[in-house]
Amino acid sequence: MLRRTLLASAALGLGLSLASGAFAAGMDKVKACFVYVGPIGDGGWTYQHHQGALELQKAFGDKVEIAWQENVPEGADAERVLTQMALGGCNIIFTTSFGYMDATNAVAAKFPNVMFEHATGFKREHPNVSTYNARFYEGRAVQGYLAGKMTKSNKIGYIASFPIPEVIMGINSYYLNAKKANPNVELTVVWAFTWFDPAKEADAAKALIDSGVDVIASHTDSTAPLAEAAKSEGKVVGFGQASDMAEYKPSPRISSIIDNWGPYYVKRVGALLDGSYAQADAWEGISGGEVKIGEITEAVPADVKAEAEKIRDEIAAGTYHPFTGPINKQDGSPWLAEGQTAPDGDLLGMNFYVEGVTGDIPK
Amino acid sequence: MLRLEKRPIPSRFWLYATPVVAVILTMIFGGLLFAAMGVNPFAVIKTIFWDPLFGEFAFYLRGQLLVKAGPLILIAIGLSLGFRAGIWNIGAEGQYIMGAIFGAAVGLAFYPTENRLIFPLMVIAGAFGGWVWAMIPAILKTRFNTNEILVSLMLVYVAQTILAKASTGFLKNPEGMGFPGSRNFSSFPAAANPELIAGSGLHWGGVTAVLVALAAWVLLSRHIIGFQIRLTGQAPRAARFAGVAPKRLVVLCMGLSGALAGLAGLFEVTGPAGQISIDFNVGYGFTAIIVAFLGRLNPIGIVLAGILMALTYVGGEMASTNLGLPSAAIQVFQGMLLFFLLAVDVFTNYRVRFGRVEVA
Amino acid sequence: MDIAGINLVTLIASLMVAAVPILLAAIGELVVEKSGVLNLGVEGMMIMGAIGGFMVAVATGSPLMGFIGGAIGGAVLSLFFAVLTLGFLANQVATGLALTMFGLGLSSLMGQGYNGVKPPPTGALFGPLGDIPVIGPILLGHDWMVYFSILIVAVVWWVLRYTRTGLIIRAVGESHDAAHALGYNVARIRLLCIMFGGAMAGLGGAYVSLVRVPQWVDGITAGAGWIALAIVVFASWKPWRVLLGAYLFGGITVLQLRLQAAGSSIPVEYLSMAPYLITILVLVIMSSGRSKAALNAPAALGQNFHASR
Repeated sequence: MLRRTLLASAALGLGLSLASGAFAAGMDKVKACFVYVGPIGDGGWTYQHHQGALELQKAFGDKVEIAWQENVPEGADAERVLTQMALGGCNIIFTTSFGYMDATNAVAAKFPNVMFEHATGFKREHPNVSTYNARFYEGRAVQGYLAGKMTKSNKIGYIASFPIPEVIMGINSYYLNAKKANPNVELTVVWAFTWFDPAKEADAAKALIDSGVDVIASHTDSTAPLAEAAKSEGKVVGFGQASDMAEYKPSPRISSIIDNWGPYYVKRVGALLDGSYAQADAWEGISGGEVKIGEITEAVPADVKAEAEKIRDEIAAGTYHPFTGPINKQDGSPWLAEGQTAPDGDLLGMNFYVEGVTGDIPK
Repeated sequence: MLRLEKRPIPSRFWLYATPVVAVILTMIFGGLLFAAMGVNPFAVIKTIFWDPLFGEFAFYLRGQLLVKAGPLILIAIGLSLGFRAGIWNIGAEGQYIMGAIFGAAVGLAFYPTENRLIFPLMVIAGAFGGWVWAMIPAILKTRFNTNEILVSLMLVYVAQTILAKASTGFLKNPEGMGFPGSRNFSSFPAAANPELIAGSGLHWGGVTAVLVALAAWVLLSRHIIGFQIRLTGQAPRAARFAGVAPKRLVVLCMGLSGALAGLAGLFEVTGPAGQISIDFNVGYGFTAIIVAFLGRLNPIGIVLAGILMALTYVGGEMASTNLGLPSAAIQVFQGMLLFFLLAVDVFTNYRVRFGRVEVA
Repeated sequence: MDIAGINLVTLIASLMVAAVPILLAAIGELVVEKSGVLNLGVEGMMIMGAIGGFMVAVATGSPLMGFIGGAIGGAVLSLFFAVLTLGFLANQVATGLALTMFGLGLSSLMGQGYNGVKPPPTGALFGPLGDIPVIGPILLGHDWMVYFSILIVAVVWWVLRYTRTGLIIRAVGESHDAAHALGYNVARIRLLCIMFGGAMAGLGGAYVSLVRVPQWVDGITAGAGWIALAIVVFASWKPWRVLLGAYLFGGITVLQLRLQAAGSSIPVEYLSMAPYLITILVLVIMSSGRSKAALNAPAALGQNFHASR
């Protein structure tokens, strides 16, 4: 194994001279490259990352050159694209999907002078690999509060994609904070088993609406659930996901979670330019600006809006944590004691519902 | 008035000239498209067709062509056997997934045992997985006369659901902090399928693809089964008189193509992809259908078509990163290339005549 | 009207809407296949219809113009297929797959800048009549495309069965040599059928981007074209069975989400494979114990025609 790796790095050594730059030296010009899992035109996850990249370009002008590749499948293709980018002179490469984790670390081993930043993962096997993520569950808490207050049927819904910690965390945060606002609230979760299938998302939203749900949050990427809610003439409301989805203001879109990667990209590339760059494990939320709560519209009563904004500000200030004990797991076993807040490790590996959520997580 | 006249025998000249003509036509029309998008067309075309083979980083990219072409060739050869006999397996994508899951499951069951026998066992399991998945439409076809196009296609979606379940459930990496995806085979040497020569991109999948291409060529040109396959495709009734058992042929062709697709999946999951994940399959099973036809269902042709296809993927990616082209433009370019390849192929079997049709 | 927490009225009403795109695309493909042509590029034509319809609807502010634009978008793409397979005698399976690849790429190029744009709404045809209990939501509460799609099925059935045009189409699909010998222009008839199929797929795509979702995002049809292909075979090339197949498929998809919403204890992953497994099962039941002829496949399906043979 070792021999193989050594040989591979020797073979690739040719390219290394191009990828100049070091940890602490500072640089005059940075080439920042981005690897996207979907098309920029998805209007959601990849679109928002690209917005961040454009913001980065704007912030530094001539000092930064950006390049990107859309629709990169996870696995072998990612490894090739990353290697091509590193060979092609990229100084820092942002890999924007969880599935790029192993490819990122594998390529990073061969290019010690290129910085790699992997979104939503946890592996940092080499000094030049950093990870970054956003605390979307903080936004879910604000949504949960709004959902609890806005529901008239006391039934709220959640369109989930795949049973992974990121999604389960969002469901739990949404539910706990809805429950806090309205003790009678019941949550229905529908698993779509897709990140992106607008027609199926619309069907899922319709299924929820027909079963009496009148507030819908979604963890899939398209605006289809909002469009479905719009057909109810104001009876059903929902939230923008990933992007603001402002075209559905003021109702059914009463607020949104915006993935806002720009500040992080500016910060990291800035650090590379001035020489202060260091390996990091960033998990920022509302306070760091990575999670933005889109405008709460006039469809929400003023007092509820004020309270929701207060929750948002308290989360940002660190005085409120969406997971604050006492919280039991779904089976009734204790998870967090009174006043205890959830450790990051528990959240990142979350594979259980909290008490009160019905149904099972698909296993 | 233009009209086509069938050649008595296919033209040797056009057989070799058509791909060249098609590539040149694609360069012209694709170039116009890129120019219309405000990008230097010469730069794009050089990046796609020249750089991966002879450019600055060709030492790396040539190997990557093999990585990309390997599974395409392996699957396409299996499919071509069935297509020749009029057996339409269009669900190779599902068989590819199932091969990967079966093989990976067997390998991971032994984790972390180190034993030389594990990988060969996984190879068998992978082929078996693809075979089983192809046997469903094959048996339904022979027993109930159910259409194999539909069943094999439907089973792709079922396989995708099983894949999602495998990566979030029964094959999930227990040390993966709850994230979806299996263990990575690169950290399990006994079950891994690394590059055989570092930097070459060649792994067991590529080796197998070449061997299978040779075997298929021998089978088709020298063996009685190859004769039966060709006969059934060209003249089904005559085949029956010649003693071909159509049901046996369905089971054989579907089984072979399924097993080869399963093998491709196994080599991919243990090598380049490294792990089972929700989005493990990237459409090789469907692209391989195109490769099979571009190669004119001929094993040697398929090898060349697979490499050409890989070139447009690898070169297209470079063009898109380096020149800021949307990946959709590359997709359109690939579509054009396929159109032209398919269109000019007509000159192999037909000649163009001017003048009015003579009444016979 | 509730069974296991599922309201049957809303289930039927929503499956009728969910099935429209695959129904339109499938009925178009049925005509194409009846004429002996197998066009696997349905997905590509659908998505061209989706973007074409969306662009026209946004530009004109009229959903009707949008649907016409969608039909044209699909038909124009189908011309590529027609030229290749009829003019250049290219293999139909490979050409169809290439068509899908080309259509997906082209639609994405054309759609740049249309993200987040809202198309003009398509309302219910009979307005307040849709509020009548039970029959309202099922029979009267839909937009006009739902009725149009059923009408198209009826028209296709009638044309294929009772008219001379239908007879010619079927003749061409059963034996192009015989049809040619009788003096019919095989290529022209197939060209028209292919364009009809393209237009229908385009309409189905436009329904996705203008009514079902309604917005433009890359890859919006998300595989509906493949399902439409499957439904044609499933229906054994019979128009009313296409309707049945589309409603069955749409129904199971909608049902599995509803079962989840109703808190069913059936594991989700089995529910999400259900539409495909049940389609296979129904097909097996339908095709078992019948002779090959009853399967009804056009005899010349997938074969190219050249007059000199």
